[in-house]
Amino acid sequence: MTTKILTTRMDAHPTDSHTLSRYLATGGYEALTKALTEMSRDDIIEEVKASNLRGRGGAGFPTGVKWGFLAPDEPRYLVVNCDESEPGTFNDRQLTERDPHQLLEGIIISSFALDVHHAFVYIRGEYPKAARRLQSAVDEAYEAGYLGDDVRGSGFALDVTLHLGAGAYICGEETALLNSLEGRRGEPRLKPPFPAVEGLYSKPTIVNNVESISNIPWITSNGGAAYAAIGPERSAGTKMLSMSGHINAPGNYEIVMGMTWRELIFDIGGGIPDGRALKAWIPGGASAPWFVPDEHLDTIVSIDDVAANGSMIGAGAVIVMDETTNVVAAAHRILRFFAHESCGQCTPCREGTSWLEAVLKRILDGNGRPEDIDLLLDIADNISPGLVWPPLMTTICPLGPSAVSPITSITRWFRPELEAMIARSEVRVG
Amino acid sequence: MAEHGTVSIIINGVEHDVPEGERLITAAERVGEYIPRFCHHDKLAPVGKCRMCLVEVEGPRGSALTTSCTVPVTDGMVVHTETDVVKKAQEGILEFLLLNHPLDCSVCDKGGECPLQDQALAFGAGESRFIEEKRTFTKPIPVSELVLLDRERCVVCDRCVRVADDIAGDPLLEFIDRGSYVQINTFPNEPFSSYFSGNTVQVCPVGALTSVDYRFKARPWDLESVRSVSLVDSVQSSVDVHTSRGKILRVYGAENDAVNEGWLSDKDRFIFSAFRSPDRITTPLVRDGDGFKETSWSEAVELVAMRLGGHVGTEVGAIGGANGTNEEAFALAKFMRTVVGSPHIDAQLGDGLDPHLASSITARGTISDLDAASTILVWGPDLKETLPVLYLRVRKAVRNGAALVVVSPYSTGLDSIATHSLRYRAGSGPEILRKLAHGDAGYEAVTETLANGPVVALVGRSSITENPMLAEAVAAFARSLPHAKLLPLLTRANVFGALDMGLAPTLLPGRVSTGDAAGVSLLEDSWGPLPESAGKDTMAMLEALIDRDLVAVILAGADPIRDCPDPAVAESALDAAEFVVAFDAFMTDSTRKAHVVLPAALWGEVDGTVTNLEGRVQRLRRSVQPRGMSISVSAALDDIARAMGAELGAADWQLINKEIAAVAPAYAGMTADYLTFEAGEEGAVVPIPGATQPLGHIPVEVNVPVVTGRFTLHLAPALYDAGVLVRNSHMLEGFADPGVVRMHPRDAASLAVADGDLIDAEGVGLPVKIDPEVPERSVVITRNLDTTRGIAASADIRVETVRGEP
Ligand SMILES: Cc1cc2nc3c(=O)[nH]c(=O)nc-3n(C[C@H](O)[C@H](O)[C@H](O)COP(=O)(O)O)c2cc1C
Ligand code: SF4
Ligand code: SF4
Ligand code: FES
Repeated sequence: MTTKILTTRMDAHPTDSHTLSRYLATGGYEALTKALTEMSRDDIIEEVKASNLRGRGGAGFPTGVKWGFLAPDEPRYLVVNCDESEPGTFNDRQLTERDPHQLLEGIIISSFALDVHHAFVYIRGEYPKAARRLQSAVDEAYEAGYLGDDVRGSGFALDVTLHLGAGAYICGEETALLNSLEGRRGEPRLKPPFPAVEGLYSKPTIVNNVESISNIPWITSNGGAAYAAIGPERSAGTKMLSMSGHINAPGNYEIVMGMTWRELIFDIGGGIPDGRALKAWIPGGASAPWFVPDEHLDTIVSIDDVAANGSMIGAGAVIVMDETTNVVAAAHRILRFFAHESCGQCTPCREGTSWLEAVLKRILDGNGRPEDIDLLLDIADNISPGLVWPPLMTTICPLGPSAVSPITSITRWFRPELEAMIARSEVRVG
Repeated sequence: MAEHGTVSIIINGVEHDVPEGERLITAAERVGEYIPRFCHHDKLAPVGKCRMCLVEVEGPRGSALTTSCTVPVTDGMVVHTETDVVKKAQEGILEFLLLNHPLDCSVCDKGGECPLQDQALAFGAGESRFIEEKRTFTKPIPVSELVLLDRERCVVCDRCVRVADDIAGDPLLEFIDRGSYVQINTFPNEPFSSYFSGNTVQVCPVGALTSVDYRFKARPWDLESVRSVSLVDSVQSSVDVHTSRGKILRVYGAENDAVNEGWLSDKDRFIFSAFRSPDRITTPLVRDGDGFKETSWSEAVELVAMRLGGHVGTEVGAIGGANGTNEEAFALAKFMRTVVGSPHIDAQLGDGLDPHLASSITARGTISDLDAASTILVWGPDLKETLPVLYLRVRKAVRNGAALVVVSPYSTGLDSIATHSLRYRAGSGPEILRKLAHGDAGYEAVTETLANGPVVALVGRSSITENPMLAEAVAAFARSLPHAKLLPLLTRANVFGALDMGLAPTLLPGRVSTGDAAGVSLLEDSWGPLPESAGKDTMAMLEALIDRDLVAVILAGADPIRDCPDPAVAESALDAAEFVVAFDAFMTDSTRKAHVVLPAALWGEVDGTVTNLEGRVQRLRRSVQPRGMSISVSAALDDIARAMGAELGAADWQLINKEIAAVAPAYAGMTADYLTFEAGEEGAVVPIPGATQPLGHIPVEVNVPVVTGRFTLHLAPALYDAGVLVRNSHMLEGFADPGVVRMHPRDAASLAVADGDLIDAEGVGLPVKIDPEVPERSVVITRNLDTTRGIAASADIRVETVRGEP
């Protein structure tokens, strides 16, 4: 049996799953009622801890543990991260567009548990529909008394504010997001202090991903233990994966982790179009090191198994590349993204990403030199010393080291192809 | 465990005790381990952006590369600064910084004093591995009228932004764009107009920000540097004056944490451009019909000696002396009291405070007391406009948590960060003081804030139109606050030094009251008998000139027609005088009425000592030769005295300096040698240990009348006015605003005037500016602009519509 938590409603009611009436007709806001009437704040936090839910924004940090770090200062804030800009990810968009009340119920329960009275949702600027749908849901919720001064007669007060980003990937990084929300330049802050101690407007703040928070109503209704029982021990619950690239059935899938990558790509994703061979895939978005069939098809899809193999599930973007892919071009495309999206405040990322991009471009243009491979690796090493996993960094935030992933991937798995390309240029140049 | 307040850390295997909580980069430097850096700056909050200062710090999970500028030291911290990992990281950063850096070091102002260049030489691989095209920007672009930006050279260290935002409070610079296109810029249509813009040039580690004036003027290795003091205002910021071939090329703020912490106002930094003005007076001038003719020093000296000697001493007065050194001021005081035999001496121009209050207030604080204050009370002139570096210090204290109470008749630069900002109608200060002192209804919150000591109170006259006795009453109130320290606010550059040297009708050198018989007789032991009659202050001298009780007057760098409260009185007085001799560097409204004008050296051209508003004495050092035939006032007076048959002993500044230390009690032991060898670069506050001052002024509650009348006047001071140096500085002239009459919307309505309508203010026509910051039935006019200088500083003012009633 396939367990679904987040997508049942949208699958069953594709036309109106985003409306309050449908939400209420399908058990919506019952978890909130339970939370407000039967549970204490600590009860809820305990259930979230027990659920083993790990943050879905990329880093996989246990949500309950993070909540426990929230400093007692007032006011405190909850900020939901719907900036979803990692190339290859599009599941937060679906959750927000198609089940906004589920997200909102998660926000209200989480805010109640955290004693937060103002929550913010930071939505990627290129997601106008998600923003519209969520705003309508918020309006409906105010109207129906799920938000406002006195949530469903409980005495608990909560306001929710939506904020649209202005087109910067880095604003998905939680502290850059907070700066942007405050009206400042979207640049990551130095940590510590962490947001849970000094976040939005220097006040204690929990930042969570859309998918993380969308799980909260289910956990509240069914208990943490029930959630923890789904899937492998340290990858509990379901996970939204966005599959794209050379795959027969691209799209979002809510899966229970624990299967192999072979099963995921070939059974769930329907395999590679036209029977072509699989060349490589990125298991967790543009930031993640690549996997290759010879090594990783039987690796388990779980946060820890992927990490043990030198990559990450991240935000759940699986990008599949078939045998026709020019991996140098693919790597260059990703570097171009990071060089463009680097906020530019720290030296290694600002200068290093665009240098890597330029070298790859030159190789693609047929002007590569044999020493370029070592150069690429050494530039990468100066951004992420030792090129180890999880990455070390000379930078302020992980964006710089993320840009190194395609370099380590192509030099590790496709070195002959890279060398051949350079050799061809030498012939041409010489 | 190290001793209290310190922690023990191990750097490269050696244990060191360092101050707890200090940033690692600073602690390491303290013990001799210099870690390279670009963005780190001792006076700015850490940003960790350049990543140059990476070192390895051991932690639970092994050594990790860490930016040493962002982490505070903790006890037991183990640090490695020289491992291969650290070296590789640092070299990598340097290589990154040089990728897009233009190869124009040979024409860059920073060449030769650039850490990027230095470190590239020290670590950099000789040949660049970067063979791609460099990113280019149009260069340079002006960010203000004083500062140019070359974006290609920028290393994105954020220092300029932090200086502008955090230190100056002028958030006008920001990074725009992303990635390798990141660049410093201003906001659209908002130039970086800040009183502190030059500090960004000084902190910029590379040649990205340059001053319009200095650009391409010199190479650092051609510069000579002289540590001195900026004689622009009474803070007396420490400066390094950089000269080449006998010219001052630039002025940098010097690190003096007791005074300016390295910061300067743009006026401090750029005013030297006036020294080179073609309008400097460079030869002695004597009256010739309506104009002047040049003459020789010897003839000029003979003439002055003859004219001054031809009058009874008490018929001669002296005004000024607040813009020179202590030695020049002392020489003038001694010249008047002994050679001329007159007690009529005043360094202030009716625009200041009671000299006893200013020179000898009890519980006098220091500038650095502000750092430790829980509460700061500012009741005086707008600090941003008059003492901008002190304004920065107050901002710093507030940034670090001090509460701030500002009381003023008009908005001030500090209002936006004040805990309480109280506004009163000009002339009604006594009323609000009474309410504060009695904790009237509505004032509870302020009173509560003020009850939280230690309190530092900065007290002065909010403007020349305010009754000077109000400051006395405010000081008396402030003194009653918990652990209160007071700083009297006068703004003219060396006015405190001048008062301390006895340039006041009621003061003798070394803070001795003329009413102190013991003090008088002590001075008479070395000076001989002093004049017995009471001295007149400037306003009394001017009246006396009109009444022919005085017949001759010496102007020592003073322009009473511009600066005293009533220009018309000053003008008639100088017209009435039989003889006026002026020491000055420029022709002014007043010197034009003189009979003899002697060219005076300016502060970059003389040696001596000066005293700031805390009573701190510092060495002022000559950096260039005086222009033309200019000499110091003291040297000129020495010649004149000799021509009058007297010995002043003022031929050179060191002689005078020794005499001051000998005869001025509060300055006992305060010699130039003491400053050089004992006090160090911070200077020293007088009296130094071993010396005491005879006069201790305890401010008293006085009853100051409230000004009534239809409109009261606040003649607001402005940093850039039509003052003599500003108007002669090609860099700063033109910044002054055109001059308007500000009034409350309701008053404008009652007079039926709108923005821009001409209005008649005491006979001067000025446009109206409606401004809700002005209290009702009061008007605010900027003082000493070309358009406003004729307005008398009386507390109430006649304001009429020009169009007249129908
Ligand atoms: C460069 C960068 C981009 C990121 N973008 C996102 C994003 O778009 N959405 C998101 O939820 N988290 C993003 N993150 C992770 C957030 O910083 C943060 O860890 C996350 O929002 C926390 O939520 P969670 O604990 O629920 O996962 C990004 C991190 C980095 C370094
Ligand atoms: S690593 Fe890149 S994105 Fe992150 S702070 Fe540094 S420059 Fe900005
Ligand atoms: S202009 Fe200078 S001070 Fe400003 S960020 Fe660039 S290098 Fe730093
Ligand atoms: S000096 Fe530490 S990061 Fe720049």
